[in-house]
Amino acid sequence: MSAFHDVLVIGGGGAGLRAAIAVAETNPRLRVAIVSKVYPMRSHTVSAEGGAAGVAADDDSLDEHAYDTVSGSDWLCDQDAVEAFVAEAPRELLRLEHWGCPWSRQPDGHTAVRAFGGMKKKRTWFAADRTGFHMLHTLFQTVLSFPDVVRYDEWYVTKLLVDNGRTYGVVAIELATGRTETITASAVIVCTGGCGRVYPFTTNANIKTGDGMALAYRAGAPLKDMEFVQYHPTGLPFTGILITEAARAEGGWLLNKDGYRYLQDYDLGIPEPTPVMRSMELGPRDRLSQAFVHEFDKGRTIDTPYGPIVHLDLRHLGAELIDAKLPFVRELCSQYQNIDPVTELVPVRPVVHYMMGGIHTDIHGATPIQGLYAAGEVACVSINGANRLGSNSLPECLVFGTRAGRAAAVFAGQYGGAIPPAILAQGRDEEDRLERELTRHAEGRERIADIRTEMQTAMENGAGIYRDGDSLAKAADELQELRLRFADAAVDDHSRTFNTELVALLELSFMLDVAESIITCALQREESRGAHQRTDFPARDDEGYLAHSLVYREPDRHGRRVQYLPVTITRWPPGERVYGR
Amino acid sequence: MADQITLEVARYRPGLDTEPVMQSYQVPLREHWAILDGLTYIKDHLDGTLSFRWSCRMGICGSCGMTVNGDPQLTCATFLTDYAPGPVRVEPLRNFPVVRDLVVDIGDFMEKLPTVKPWMIRDVDSPVEEGEYLQTPEELDEYKQFSMCINCMLCYSACPVYALDPSFVGPAAIALAQRYNLDSRDEGAADRDDVLTSPEGIWACTFVGECSAACPKDVDPAAAIQRYKLTAATQAVKNFLLPRGAR
Repeated sequence: MSAFHDVLVIGGGGAGLRAAIAVAETNPRLRVAIVSKVYPMRSHTVSAEGGAAGVAADDDSLDEHAYDTVSGSDWLCDQDAVEAFVAEAPRELLRLEHWGCPWSRQPDGHTAVRAFGGMKKKRTWFAADRTGFHMLHTLFQTVLSFPDVVRYDEWYVTKLLVDNGRTYGVVAIELATGRTETITASAVIVCTGGCGRVYPFTTNANIKTGDGMALAYRAGAPLKDMEFVQYHPTGLPFTGILITEAARAEGGWLLNKDGYRYLQDYDLGIPEPTPVMRSMELGPRDRLSQAFVHEFDKGRTIDTPYGPIVHLDLRHLGAELIDAKLPFVRELCSQYQNIDPVTELVPVRPVVHYMMGGIHTDIHGATPIQGLYAAGEVACVSINGANRLGSNSLPECLVFGTRAGRAAAVFAGQYGGAIPPAILAQGRDEEDRLERELTRHAEGRERIADIRTEMQTAMENGAGIYRDGDSLAKAADELQELRLRFADAAVDDHSRTFNTELVALLELSFMLDVAESIITCALQREESRGAHQRTDFPARDDEGYLAHSLVYREPDRHGRRVQYLPVTITRWPPGERVYGR
Repeated sequence: MADQITLEVARYRPGLDTEPVMQSYQVPLREHWAILDGLTYIKDHLDGTLSFRWSCRMGICGSCGMTVNGDPQLTCATFLTDYAPGPVRVEPLRNFPVVRDLVVDIGDFMEKLPTVKPWMIRDVDSPVEEGEYLQTPEELDEYKQFSMCINCMLCYSACPVYALDPSFVGPAAIALAQRYNLDSRDEGAADRDDVLTSPEGIWACTFVGECSAACPKDVDPAAAIQRYKLTAATQAVKNFLLPRGAR
């Protein structure tokens, strides 16, 4: 069976919903559909806390936002993309305001902005510390006002259908019934978010399994800059729940076991009682997470059953400020850590948070596969380079969701029409494969969770905050072995109805591909830049590596090929990253 | 503290079971472990066939609502140690058809939600270039509480009216309508009035308050419903007493 839509969006989070609206606004005649493995309001955008950057204040400028982003990226972003991004972010945030987003306000009724890490000026819009939640629900509710947007809620996409370098749709499983269907389209936009679950300790939700990255990779699109994995410096120790950077922007301090603001020892500035922009606790995430590792090496972290920690001190901020600006932080600390940040120190440690890399796209969200677009965390345009600044990812979803939606609408308007018979045959093949997977794995002996856990451990040990040639090579070997074991993974659930074990199997298969792409790119990049720190190559090497890695899958022999694409530099030549001085 | 606790979990596999049956599992009893951690332990180590929804495990995505020892709860925000020594009974949310095991069908809510028009309605939509619609912090506070709904369905599961009459629009949808009605930027209250004042709307609510007791985000849907009853009643009196132009 097969359905047709002009534009099919995979993923119903911030980027996907914004893209769907952009398609509808660009060309109301186009039939748009969103297919998502969860109901859209469950998407991981919901967990974003701190805010969304966009120049708003009189003392700020687009150039300053661009410079902060470029230097934050360790010069690996494309500066044309960054210039477009900073120029369009404020309008997108206003657009969301008009759709009802409950942004926090100044007393005079204008939207408020707060400080954020690596940003020289206050330009981060926020809805208390539930910014992602409010943005997602505003977008979802706005999509409801477009009755022609079709939704496939709780459908899981297993394959992109590509013929002759062009995509024509997907195959997906309806989870409630187990029915598989070929959904054809003139254009497809991938907005499935990140892949934090390839690591053991992450802020990412259970659904963040890199599906879209693997779908595009298997279809022949390159993944870009996959070696750049962001560790957020402040996660709660057992759960990995994020304690937002806004906690430090509002004045929180990071303390080691001696109560000492240790960031001063890592060229991040001198401690002041109140926050200083681009300094100390408001430094960039890569540098802060690296500082934690050095503190651990010096024996100045605190051991807990859930690993070494340092403390985030919010006590001096007082209950009133915390309740007004950081109510979710207080709720999360109380619920998940049994502490009150008004009176107690918050234990934190670095936690995998965000993937700078993703599907290679141009500035319009177009991938090298015709008709295939990507936006949000799943994509790599790149505005984030080697290290994303906090509060740039939410506006990235909006700006590039819109751009991808518009570009896909134009493409679908121009090149709609017949679906090649080869595509429908591919769809049938994939539907048959899914049938076979259930039968084949019914006899399997390996537990899915065991393979997944060992993959996560291999990634943390091999490609953590610091990595080297040996650790990466070992991880590559381990992944190779896990892939063999995966062939023998067991699916005990033989039901068609809401078979979450089958989904876990397919997700694990995607994650193994994504994990290998990370290791491959990290092995090849023999330098240290941003979030990619090679202890065997500790210096940045602009001559060799001021370039994006593009990893291609070589389908014949599970092989991979890496090539490099020069970074686009418009106005800011590579320089030293300076924080706190 | 014992090092294990028993979870009695409702199983229902359509085509195999004619009705739900309870199945017991022993899971580790550890500090900081949520009910959800117990369920993922079962899934990963004991029985891969158990089906349930979960995602953010930080109480914001709204996926993992279930009935725990008789009460509707977010299982990621409800902890094993609070139920020690157990056993803990985990069942699907009530008042919804069960799809499988702990997974319920929330299609009814998803169809009702758009009927209350939970989006910004303006007589004239100003261009974005003119900047934001001004809204003071006090005006924001008017509706903020009702904007915190995560659509977790605990209120529908707790609602005795919805249990008897599934046509009731229900607590979360009405709270979301009020979230926009009370937003100083919105001008769509009249557009939402028909649904809210229909027999399936606010007047169906008997003000038991179970919805607000169950809400994990303090949205207080019962207050939203009561407040709109007052608005509607006042409007009805005005409509009766005043000539049209003066309403």
